[in-house]
Amino acid sequence: MSTAVSQTWYMTQRQLMVFARQPAYAVVTLIQPVIWLFLFGSLFRKVVELGGFGTTSYLDYLVPGVVVMSALSSNMWAGMSTLDEIQRGTLNRFLTTPVSRAALMNGNVVHNALTTALQSVIIVLLGLLGGADYPGGAAGVTILIIAAVLLGTVFGALSNALGMLVRERESIIGINTFLLLPLTFLSSAFMATSQMPSWMRHIADFNPLNWAMVAGRSAMSEHPDWGVVAGRGGALLVLAVVAVWLSIRTFRSYQRSV
Amino acid sequence: MTTRASAVEARQLTKTYPGDVTALNGMDVTVEQGTVFGLLGPNGAGKSTTVKILTTLARPDSGTATVAGHDVLRHPDRVRRAIGVVAQSSGADPVATGRENLQLQGRLHGLRGTALNGRVDELLERFKLADAARRPVKGYSGGMRRRLDVALGLVHRPEVLFLDEPTTGLDPEARAAMWDEIARLAGDEGLTILLTTHYLEEADRLAERVAIVDRGRVVVEGTPESLKGELRGDAVHMELREAVGDAGRTLLRGALGSLPGVHEVLCDGRRISVRADDGAATIPVLLGSLERAGVGVASATIARPSLDDVYLRYTGRRYSEAEAEGTGVLALAGGAR
Repeated sequence: MSTAVSQTWYMTQRQLMVFARQPAYAVVTLIQPVIWLFLFGSLFRKVVELGGFGTTSYLDYLVPGVVVMSALSSNMWAGMSTLDEIQRGTLNRFLTTPVSRAALMNGNVVHNALTTALQSVIIVLLGLLGGADYPGGAAGVTILIIAAVLLGTVFGALSNALGMLVRERESIIGINTFLLLPLTFLSSAFMATSQMPSWMRHIADFNPLNWAMVAGRSAMSEHPDWGVVAGRGGALLVLAVVAVWLSIRTFRSYQRSV
Repeated sequence: MTTRASAVEARQLTKTYPGDVTALNGMDVTVEQGTVFGLLGPNGAGKSTTVKILTTLARPDSGTATVAGHDVLRHPDRVRRAIGVVAQSSGADPVATGRENLQLQGRLHGLRGTALNGRVDELLERFKLADAARRPVKGYSGGMRRRLDVALGLVHRPEVLFLDEPTTGLDPEARAAMWDEIARLAGDEGLTILLTTHYLEEADRLAERVAIVDRGRVVVEGTPESLKGELRGDAVHMELREAVGDAGRTLLRGALGSLPGVHEVLCDGRRISVRADDGAATIPVLLGSLERAGVGVASATIARPSLDDVYLRYTGRRYSEAEAEGTGVLALAGGAR
């Protein structure tokens, strides 16, 4: 294993261990989406009758929405643990060792990707248990999970960068509460795009959250539109790479202020 | 060129934090290889900022520094391989065990396999953490945590070890134990230690050379003995019953300063400090003189010269006052630190 890869793995392992040794926290992170799934699933059950959902079961429609929304809501708090590490002195300790800056950040990315994937699998399985149907099969589900992981990476990296720049829990809490619901409701998470007011539909076109849902839903449908999947998926990938690159760059500005 | 190589060499470092907080203002530090060097000063004097620059964490606004022969700005990676850092809070993973923390630190420095495990066992043994090695760090006492922090800094056998306030926040017993530990480390072959502290006693006891830092620069440097030796005789400290005004102070300074065997008189409100050849013989004379001037004395003490006196002499302020002031600066600097 090359140094960069093994260092990334050490940093990932460290965080996975924290996750695994705090079962209560892990359970809350993983179980919270269930509430969304069954709460919204029951509340809006009849909404499919409006048409445009591409299915007759609202749960079918809702599963990808909740997978993506949960990926957003769990990753956007990544900056909080970075802040903890700064305050505890852990980040400074690592920065004075020869470990590569990219490995420090990528350890976060890989850890978040793994937990997002796990969370997504749990939601998909719970959907199945609740009677959801996935005509796209395993391939479709895999693409949904990849899209959710990419979206999580975008917001996780940005949240880390924000944590290092502002160094205030309040700022992260403020921005997250400000963003989570608007981003979710300005997407096709709960409502078919064709039922949205046209101005909302136009905004949703630029919402990365929606890209992940559109890519995932298309891949999971009976007749996937691979052009749409590749287009939205590709855009998410580019965004994720840029966000991670930006977050690695923030180490420099962190060093200026430390 | 027979002089011993410098393990640390910093020239004219300056750094200003956002909000115009000047942390360093022309800081010079030279530490010879294999010695223990103490940076002594109150909170906010610039000690930690100096350490952050020397350990490649922060960048100076101007100035140069080399550590173990490597330039901190041009070759930070080489510096990082050569140094061990024990910061004020080293942030061991609370959820991980002591052993796991040490293993990760070793891996980040490129240690693997039996070399790593051997080194980790050795350090756990040496720092009396072997029994707690399998317990999560969050259950450790303050002293145990600090010992683990030092062990973390030593995993890769660094050439230069930075100890930033190693005993702050420890109870007296744990502090004494840590002092013994640092004294033992100093005996390690070739290890250079740069120690920062705001405890005069700590610098006096552990460091071969001490630099007193005040407001971002070194005001005086030397061995603790030579610094104290520069202060002739004993210090006599007197507490007055009432504070004297500016005019009274000038008068007292003149009156006491002309007494035989008295060298220096410092007066600040309710306290007078006098340097005298023979403290015990001078006290009655001083008291008599003050009585004649109508100044009531509440208490008088004689002290052998201490670094506190050195500090007072070179900065014109008492250490405890600077400390209180430093805390104020700290609060103002806030998140910038």
